[in-house]
Amino acid sequence: MSATDVRNLGLAALALGIAALLPLYDTGYILSIATTMAMFTVLATSWALFSGPTHYISLATAAFFGLGTFVTGLGFQTLPFWTLPLIAAGLGAILAALVGMVTLRLSGVYFVIFTLGLAELVRQIVTWVQNRTGQRGMYVLTSITERDIYWQLIGLAAVVFLAGWLIARSRLGFALRIIGNDETVAKHAGINTALAKVLLFMVSGAVAACVGAMLAPRYIYIEPSTAFAPLLSFQVVIMALLGGTGRLWGPLAGVIPFTLLWEFISRNAPNQTLLLLGLAFLLIVYVLPGGFVGLYERVQRRYRMEGR
Amino acid sequence: MARVILEVRDVTKRFGGLVAVRDMVFDVHQNEVVGIIGPNGSGKSTMINMISGSFAPSGGSIRLNGQEIAGKPAHRTAQMGVARTFQLVRLLPELSVVENVVAGAAFGHRRRWGREAEQFARALLDRVGMGGQINMPVASLTYINTKRVELARALASEPEVLLLDEWLAGLNPTELETGIALIRSLRDDGRTIILVEHVMDAIRSLCDRCVVMSSGVKIAEGTPTEVLADAEVIRAYLGADEDA
Repeated sequence: MSATDVRNLGLAALALGIAALLPLYDTGYILSIATTMAMFTVLATSWALFSGPTHYISLATAAFFGLGTFVTGLGFQTLPFWTLPLIAAGLGAILAALVGMVTLRLSGVYFVIFTLGLAELVRQIVTWVQNRTGQRGMYVLTSITERDIYWQLIGLAAVVFLAGWLIARSRLGFALRIIGNDETVAKHAGINTALAKVLLFMVSGAVAACVGAMLAPRYIYIEPSTAFAPLLSFQVVIMALLGGTGRLWGPLAGVIPFTLLWEFISRNAPNQTLLLLGLAFLLIVYVLPGGFVGLYERVQRRYRMEGR
Repeated sequence: MARVILEVRDVTKRFGGLVAVRDMVFDVHQNEVVGIIGPNGSGKSTMINMISGSFAPSGGSIRLNGQEIAGKPAHRTAQMGVARTFQLVRLLPELSVVENVVAGAAFGHRRRWGREAEQFARALLDRVGMGGQINMPVASLTYINTKRVELARALASEPEVLLLDEWLAGLNPTELETGIALIRSLRDDGRTIILVEHVMDAIRSLCDRCVVMSSGVKIAEGTPTEVLADAEVIRAYLGADEDA
């Protein structure tokens, strides 16, 4: 481990520590926004662990997230609460493995469409099961407060950042970068590309399901159409790309401004939030192809050139 | 006679009704350079792609050190000791030059990782003549240097057999001399090489043996001088007398 590694780890721990102190300052509106940010930070960062290096754009976040909320919805009365995120993570990983084995042979746009369809498929199955059993939505009434959820998310964020940091230094992370550059070369270099992709997709799916399980008490009432809302998948993709997937902190740099803007717009013009999504997308495509990370690196490079 | 590294037996490849390769038989010995030559569309690349695991033969067997590799996925054949370059150079544009070579060392036949892999990659880049260019972005390399990096990547797994698919194509006359000398020096290191090539000078000066293919079948085998004097080979390249 180099000196920079130690410094970066220290900085990350410090930042998370400060973030964890927030509920002591405010437990109302600010905490609510911070919880949303923490949720999207975890989702977008874990999304980028897989989609960043491979360039496979997954719109399946909502499927895993929804699965997680249902785990809590079905289990919170019978099981201790702390087991639910773990169960959700396990189920998310299994679902991701199944989906990954089928779809990761697909490339480009076919993969995108399939993952989008996946959330819808899971939602329809859940609705069908509920109709058969005469259930409708579920109430998740617990004593868990916003503050508890926030701390859980901060803890999960720490795990995700650490995992991302370790993966980036591992052969698996290197294999994923090679796959993202040229899958044919990857195969001929001796990489089991299907296995590498499925493994990382499982990490990303497990985290999203875990987040869903943690967030369920916040929604109080869960039904398939909100738990599996495709909007969530798009928000995660846009935030991650806006921040940039080239660095581990990239998605975070997208989540903060995007969540604030989203909040501002939904308070003042609730019907225009989709417009923000569209505009952010245009901004990424035309102005910020590498997100804020790309911009930062360009500026840094120019600064260095002038420094010479 | 040196040990047989690669045995190709009765290998056939059909694409639907088209037979691209039919009943190919040849051996490659240790420390030998074997050229697969023939006119365009004669099935050379298909043959190479079957050895490297890009696709499975429809029939027949390919053995590497006695182990069957026919039909195994590309990452398995790579791990077992087959490395290749591509007809159209394929580098990893977002990675540095050194990382491009480490990519070949980290997952293949003889695995290296971390500082060891990096040092090995630098040594190989030096070996293929990259000199001071190794800190340049991949996108700004000259054509011959992209070929050098790709070659170093293939060498990085210390393969049992190295497949060079028209590695010398597209080089200008000066670069061609450098390229031929480089490949010859690899053979002197004791590598086993199969090359698919159109450049006759290279075939004459590099190959110990040539396998000549035409319309998917082997029409001749022998030293370059022998096969290039063979009537059937001349007919395959230049057309039959009555057409001329």
